[in-house]
Amino acid sequence: MIYLELFVAFLEVGLFSFGGGYVSIPLIREIVLTYGWMDDEMITHMIAVSESTPGPLMVNMATYVGSTQGGILGALIATLAVVLPAFLIIILVMAIFRRFISNRYFQGMLSGMKPCIIGIIMAMGIYMMVQNCCGSMISGIDIIAVLLVIILGTVFWGSRKIKKNGISPILLIIISAGAGIFFYGFR
Amino acid sequence: MKVLSSLFLVFFKIGLFTFGGGYAMLALIEDICVEKKKWITHEEMMDITVIAESTPGPIAINLATYVGYKLRRIPGALIATFGMILPSFCIVFLISQFLERFLEIKWVSNAFQGIKIAVAILIMDAAIKMIKKMDKKPFPIIIMIVALISMLVINFLALHISSLVILLWGAVAGLVFYAIHNRKGKETAVK
Repeated sequence: MIYLELFVAFLEVGLFSFGGGYVSIPLIREIVLTYGWMDDEMITHMIAVSESTPGPLMVNMATYVGSTQGGILGALIATLAVVLPAFLIIILVMAIFRRFISNRYFQGMLSGMKPCIIGIIMAMGIYMMVQNCCGSMISGIDIIAVLLVIILGTVFWGSRKIKKNGISPILLIIISAGAGIFFYGFR
Repeated sequence: MKVLSSLFLVFFKIGLFTFGGGYAMLALIEDICVEKKKWITHEEMMDITVIAESTPGPIAINLATYVGYKLRRIPGALIATFGMILPSFCIVFLISQFLERFLEIKWVSNAFQGIKIAVAILIMDAAIKMIKKMDKKPFPIIIMIVALISMLVINFLALHISSLVILLWGAVAGLVFYAIHNRKGKETAVK
């Protein structure tokens, strides 16, 4: 039953992604791969669409996966499931457990989880980057991809040196789309 | 009723106009809910940010629920959260229904070859920003490196181990470290 699977899967995402959107990317990736809903290629499309549309990243990804797997009902269920834990927890915290957040053992636990999250996200970024440039490791290096990494990386991180906040994620995505059309089109 | 419709409109607007997720929204929420509407105080805003970071789920949802609940309890929380999600739900739903078909067009799929690289850059950038804000003490740094290496091994060898396992070990390490640290602190205090 796809709807039940979507609900359980995204409840898990909503319940375990401490720290918001980027934390949920590795989690969602694992889930959609395990269920066989998407491959790495489609996962990248999902992230790209979720990044370049407004609204919370995690919610957008849930809507996307739900919509492609179960139509409008699937989208509604996945979105509801990803939001539900956050919603209930905040209400519980405000109504009863205000003290819980400042509990030292809870904070101790978080102090171990936060650096963990950073490592997990970094690994995800490195993995995707290598996959983009080398495909499945053995199939050889995609020279155009390497070139694009250098160009886009320089534009994105270099723009911070000139302007305080640099270029926005959505602008980077637009530039990268243009670069992709140009370089892969004239190959 | 006036407050409820106003809650809906404000969070609808925030949901429609902020790109880049939770942290980008903080500034806009502060501007509207603290400065203009005076629904919450600046201290509360700081408070919620800490709570949002310590609880799971989308940060934007945590914030919307908090503000809504404070003004009008459960109905307020529901309306604010609903308003926040509605715009992106419609947009993402529409795109997701058509995208895979569009990808059959050559130049669209070429565009996505480029976009793939931008996505990897954005994910790395999110991690780099977090590292910059991180406590530069040995304990978090070691945990981060161990998590990074384990996750790289899991990804590249395509092992079936969930990142939740790593997160759980991080939580245990944090608790143990805190307990040991706390005991040491007490001992020195007694001396």
